[in-house]
Amino acid sequence: MTKPVHAKTKALLSGNEAVARGAWEAGCTVAAAYPGTPSTEILENIITYPEINTEWSINEKVALEVVAGACFAGARCLTAMKHVGLNVAADPMFTMGYSGVTGGLMIVSADDPGMWSSQNEQDNRHYGRHAKIPILEPSDSDEAKLFTKLGFELSEKFDTPVILRLTTRICHSTCLVDLEDRKEVTIKGYAKDIKKRLVLPAHARLLHVNVEERLKKIAQYSNVFAYNRIERGKKTLGIIASGISYQYAKEVFPNASFLKLSLTFPLPEKLIRKFARKVKKIIVVEEGDPILETEIKALGIKVTGKERIPLCNELTPKVLRESFSKKQKAKTKKDTIPPRPPVLCPGCPHRGVFYVINKLKLVATGDIGCYTLGALPPLNAMDTCICMGASVTNAQGLEKALGKDFSKKLVAVIGDSTFFHSGITGLANAVYNKGNLNLIILDNFTTAMTGHQPHPGTGKLPRGEQGKRIPPEDIARGCGVELIKVVDPDNLKETEAAIKEALTFDGVAVLIFRKPCALLIKPRPPFIIDSELCNGCRLCLRIGCPAISLISPEEREKPLAVIDQALCNGCGLCVQLCNRNAIITPPIK
Amino acid sequence: MSRGIVNQNMTNIIICGVGGQGIILASNVLCSAAFLEGLDVKKSEVHGMAQRGGSVITHVRFGTKVYSPLIEEGTGNFILAFEKLEALRYIHYLKKGGITLVNEREIPPMSVLVGTASYPKDIEKKLKKHGTTYFIDAANVASELGNIRTVNIILLGVLSKFLSFKEESWEQAITENVKQRFVELNITAFHRGRHI
Ligand SMILES: Cc1ncc(C[n+]2csc(CCOP(=O)(O)OP(=O)(O)O)c2C)c(N)n1
Repeated sequence: MTKPVHAKTKALLSGNEAVARGAWEAGCTVAAAYPGTPSTEILENIITYPEINTEWSINEKVALEVVAGACFAGARCLTAMKHVGLNVAADPMFTMGYSGVTGGLMIVSADDPGMWSSQNEQDNRHYGRHAKIPILEPSDSDEAKLFTKLGFELSEKFDTPVILRLTTRICHSTCLVDLEDRKEVTIKGYAKDIKKRLVLPAHARLLHVNVEERLKKIAQYSNVFAYNRIERGKKTLGIIASGISYQYAKEVFPNASFLKLSLTFPLPEKLIRKFARKVKKIIVVEEGDPILETEIKALGIKVTGKERIPLCNELTPKVLRESFSKKQKAKTKKDTIPPRPPVLCPGCPHRGVFYVINKLKLVATGDIGCYTLGALPPLNAMDTCICMGASVTNAQGLEKALGKDFSKKLVAVIGDSTFFHSGITGLANAVYNKGNLNLIILDNFTTAMTGHQPHPGTGKLPRGEQGKRIPPEDIARGCGVELIKVVDPDNLKETEAAIKEALTFDGVAVLIFRKPCALLIKPRPPFIIDSELCNGCRLCLRIGCPAISLISPEEREKPLAVIDQALCNGCGLCVQLCNRNAIITPPIK
Repeated sequence: MSRGIVNQNMTNIIICGVGGQGIILASNVLCSAAFLEGLDVKKSEVHGMAQRGGSVITHVRFGTKVYSPLIEEGTGNFILAFEKLEALRYIHYLKKGGITLVNEREIPPMSVLVGTASYPKDIEKKLKKHGTTYFIDAANVASELGNIRTVNIILLGVLSKFLSFKEESWEQAITENVKQRFVELNITAFHRGRHI
């Protein structure tokens, strides 16, 4: 349960809960975000603080631009996103770096080393350097809260947005946090200032000079920033680390001297040189890319880092220890254990569509969400997944290269939240460019993957109030799509017929498969399998439902299907597949 | 089962199982209890993809001072596994002489359901090679209590016997972490586990 913590002095908080708390304590009044693991719970927790005006924005670019507007008004404001979200929001971010701030502006980037729930492992510390925006890196929840507050101060002091860079193990780790009260900060109000906010070339040239000056000032400040600190230990070994790497290094090298960095861009040159003079040898402990290492080496200081520590995958205490241990890695023989990847839930409304795509042997450009799991066996019904929205446009490109005939066996599959995030532009593009796109929108009335956030297709607002609902079919109509159908995905016959119709249709077709996420509805009564009728043909296994498995009754030579009564939620998909009508509603006792 | 003695400087506990089994709630209760005992606590878990019926692992560490929220392989004092295959998957986290508490449940992964892999048959033997192993039929206890969702707290009750936390800390931790109308049920479940 996420619970708002208001009056205690110490509490156990995840990094995400701590950022939300920090924003609240700092007097933040506006926050906007688009969900994305591992950042989602930041806004979810901010929503529990009524003093902060929040919204789930349509995507990360929109969210950053919304808070930029609030920043113009002189309000303290925050946006949060997963690492790839910052790619989407990069456009406004770079220019906000020039424009600077009126009210403090925090951009939270939650990176995902190890790709627990992501499509790449990009290291967003590069973005600070690229956009010339300072970066704060907390190493636990307590610092996550503190640095959120300090970030607002830094932002206003130096007239710049500030990036708060988190990683999965900060966001989703819990530890003790000191709580303080909220300090209200009055919204300064809007005053026109085109030299600052109308960033056309003449103004931008001046602003760029400011940015370079500002970075020099922050670099000076970085030397005296209290959380860039030297921790004295043995002189033989010095460790430079930030974020979660600092915690792992403390574990692996308990006696070393440490330079713990928290304001990691721009780097504190003087402090680093001072530390280098004090210790014999330096190791830079970094997860991801050798960013600190490269910059410290450029100062002419000799350090060890990535020649030992892996570039790929997340850092752990064990990986760090093994990187520097003289012993050969002990090769432990591991048992072969069947993997357990995530699966579409029992009763998931996406399942039927994927069953049909697989049955018709279609090429399916895919997208990101729960439905990406349709790519796994036994459904095997997705060919691509690059980034949000790419299903629509990748299909367009395939047709461009291979011709109209190829589009007769090609569908693009996108979730409802993803459609609003970045599918609409691709749809308009296909109509305009006379494509033969067959777009399947899986409309489960929610953003399921990230824990059920509302979006325009649901019309719900963050605190449960009713907003205005935008049905995807209205958008399709507005874009000039000529074949639009709304279909029940639990009806396999209708699903197949609709997909076939779209494939043969000349022009852009949009099929909306509409049924609420199985986790949001009351389960229907489970089905059972009549063991007298079942002949073990395995047809029902083709939908990959976790509730259906095979057992081998002693008296029969072939294993028979059974339905787990605790898992089945009565969607009835399997009933439509059984040739022997063996899947039935249990007789009422 | 007897009360084990645990180093109060640092205790490492892995809780693992299948997404949807209530693992995160169990680890939250454990953390709150350690906090109420005045210890430094850290917990790490993963959300997102991992929760849709996938393999789930959380790390819980408590003691006088905790740095890393992750437990290093081979240093776990306890593994509390909600499912047998998952116990085997993470058994390398256990240190020599560590204790594994395993729920008797078998949940076949998709590869087993569709017949491309088989569920290992010798899990018990393999687990026992790594340390002391106890098997618990938590589903049975939960069905006696009339609510299968109490399995997580029953298993926590079993774990509690090996830790020296006060009973009040556990009860308060449960109260703070579960919905109010389920508090009583879960406290009962906890005690049933504690007295298995
Ligand atoms: C740029 C970007 N932002 C956020 C995410 C995280 N994310 C992945 S899928 C998804 C939304 C899924 O919702 P929907 O399209 O409705 O599909 P569902 O999960 O409900 O099936 C989100 C927010 C991402 N991968 N990339």
